[in-house]
Amino acid sequence: MTDMASLMEDRAAANADASDQRKPVDWDSADMSRSIKKRYAAERRFKTYGLTAIMLALAALVLLGYSIISKGYSAFVQTYVQIELTFDPAVIDPDGTRDPAVLGRANYDGLIKDALRARFPDVTSRSEKRKLYGIISSGASYDLREQVLDKPSLIGQTRKLWLISGDDFDMLNKGYISADTQEASRRLDDDEIGWFQTLQSANAIEKRFHTRFFTNGDSREPELAGIWGAAVGSFYTLIVTLLLSFPIGVAAAIYLEEFAPKNRLTQIIEVNINNLAAVPSIVFGLLGLELYLNVMHLPRSAPVVGGLTLALMTLPTIIIASRAAIKAVPPSIRQAALGLGASPVQTVSHHVLPLAMPGILTGTIIGMAQALGETAPLLMIGMVAFIVDIPGSAMDAATVLPVQIYLWADSPERAFVEKTSAAIMVLLAFLILMNGLAVFLRKKFERKW
Amino acid sequence: MGIYMKKTLAIAALASVALTGAAHARDQIRIVGSSTVFPFATAVAEEFGKTTSFKTPVIESTGSGGGLKLFCAGVGEQNPDITNASRRIKKSEVETCAKNGVEAITEVKIGYDGIVLANSKDAPLFELTKEQIFLALAKTVPSKDGKELIDNPYKNWKEIDPTLPDEKIEVLGPPPTSGTRDAFTELVLEEACNEFPAIAALKDSDKAMHKAACAGVREDGAYIEAGENDNLIVQKLEANPIALGIFGFSFLDQNGDKLHGSKIGGVAPTFEAISDGSYPVSRSLYFYVKNAHVGTIPGMEEYVAQFTADKAWGEEGYLADRGLIPMDTAEREQVREAAKNLTPLSM
Repeated sequence: MTDMASLMEDRAAANADASDQRKPVDWDSADMSRSIKKRYAAERRFKTYGLTAIMLALAALVLLGYSIISKGYSAFVQTYVQIELTFDPAVIDPDGTRDPAVLGRANYDGLIKDALRARFPDVTSRSEKRKLYGIISSGASYDLREQVLDKPSLIGQTRKLWLISGDDFDMLNKGYISADTQEASRRLDDDEIGWFQTLQSANAIEKRFHTRFFTNGDSREPELAGIWGAAVGSFYTLIVTLLLSFPIGVAAAIYLEEFAPKNRLTQIIEVNINNLAAVPSIVFGLLGLELYLNVMHLPRSAPVVGGLTLALMTLPTIIIASRAAIKAVPPSIRQAALGLGASPVQTVSHHVLPLAMPGILTGTIIGMAQALGETAPLLMIGMVAFIVDIPGSAMDAATVLPVQIYLWADSPERAFVEKTSAAIMVLLAFLILMNGLAVFLRKKFERKW
Repeated sequence: MGIYMKKTLAIAALASVALTGAAHARDQIRIVGSSTVFPFATAVAEEFGKTTSFKTPVIESTGSGGGLKLFCAGVGEQNPDITNASRRIKKSEVETCAKNGVEAITEVKIGYDGIVLANSKDAPLFELTKEQIFLALAKTVPSKDGKELIDNPYKNWKEIDPTLPDEKIEVLGPPPTSGTRDAFTELVLEEACNEFPAIAALKDSDKAMHKAACAGVREDGAYIEAGENDNLIVQKLEANPIALGIFGFSFLDQNGDKLHGSKIGGVAPTFEAISDGSYPVSRSLYFYVKNAHVGTIPGMEEYVAQFTADKAWGEEGYLADRGLIPMDTAEREQVREAAKNLTPLSM
């Protein structure tokens, strides 16, 4: 205190000296007003830089959003074609047994082809017929099968049915294929466009909400490909990541903050955790390949391996965020708990940890969001794969959302362009949801001291 | 701390589940390999899963080389059963396979794929020869008097041949890791280079130099490595009419309203021309089956049968719709027979 007091005295004396020697500032002088103008100009410039930066970032975001949404919104609807179809008993159930096994095996594809030929009876040549069959997707026969299995009374009836169309027809209906271009350079020739116009004028073409996109696994037929398989894969992967990285990360953070002795060794550990957070994710993929596949012989392409690998990647993020949150709990809380007789373990688990939880959860969710968007390490462990079946557990082969986007972006069929953008929208929706949850948790549990 | 004990136990339980899971037998075919064969193999796999009682095979796109490496790592269910390749297996790879116990391999050739040089329909159609492509893309080219090799000086197509359009040379193509690039180098650059006496002479005097001169692609910005994604190249070509792109025929087939494929040696890249072999830049596509896994992994024979059925790889099969160029009937018959009997490959 005495030091402080003497310092203040010295400064007051110095000020007095200065005011003796200098003239009072003339704020209205030409020099001064120029100088003030300059300072204001500098301030305005500085603000403009900041504003420009934000505007640029916003413009980039708007552009990104526009390009994705304008390309992708059409993937949420799908073209359906109405045709009159006879559930021919001779094809579906020749013996009239109504045995589900027989009904399930029937040639529904043939029924659709018959119906199309009946609709356009002029088509006779083989190659023309092949084009004609392209109007209806190959997936429509599975719909028919389910309808019949569901309601065997349909057999023998003739119904007007809405069936899912093939991808080229869908593209034409959505305006991605123009009828004005030369015939030779179009995916669809004049005959096919003629059929389309005939159907359209008979009100037999309709766009409907594309439920399959949200319920199906991957497919090579764009109109049958869906995001659900990848979403389930992402879910299992993230669950494994969370189960592993959250407890380990928080435990490591608590030990380092609360119990570890401050010595060279803990310093080295701290520096290395920070280093790990900056390691490119592909390196964790290589580690996962070596450790989980080659040493532990876990199955390739399984979400459990993906989860284990991504946990390695997420750990540093969680440890760093958790340590910051624990450090932010005021020491007075610990001292009070210890003073009232709590053991160090009780202090941490009853007081420090609950108060640090909002910060820890935010860090964890951000780490998870990072893991959700990751593809590079998964390439190494075989999760970049074509998988049709929806995974039933973390051990089944699966892929994840960003990988699905990558695979669709690489497919030649034109109709996958809109699927790619739609899948990006789904992934972004999940990310926004997770970040929103992080904000919500922080606001809800935040304590002020 | 109680919570944490429980969590630790949960992790231990999870790990043990994971390990026991690995122990039970695999009932799903696993396929790796070429990204070029990927669209065809996945189409067959999907059909196979739908029409049989077997599970749909899992197919990874690892590239031809990467696929063969995984395939040759050994016998046993942790290794893939089939690998796709956009080139033939190399002798060295067969040896690696044999060293790791993968002795009997069945080779199944599935058809052809054309590599095209295409540009936007807004730009003039190119009619090129292999030599002209070489002069436009090689790192070193023979000088005007043909005596020595110099760094590629050509900036404009017109400088190579006055009949070519007056456009800057700008070609978008795959990076060296790609099978398409390998095939392009082999089928165009390495064939064209020997037409120039200055390079052909090197063949005897300096083999390494000869190889470098034939396979070296210029790095001064005229050839732009556009990544493995062919769709990306297609999009860039739409935006930039000056540029040409190198990619697989199926992408040209899907985007025929926006792009046209340059004639090479006077032949346009059409389905028919690639099929009868008159279009000069086409390669064979294959898949390789590990015979030791047939009988152990369910569905292997049926998958091969599905792939080699005319419904799939025939002239009117669903693979042709996706851009695979089929072999002729006699060759298909021969390959199908060999595949059915699992006749091992001998090199």
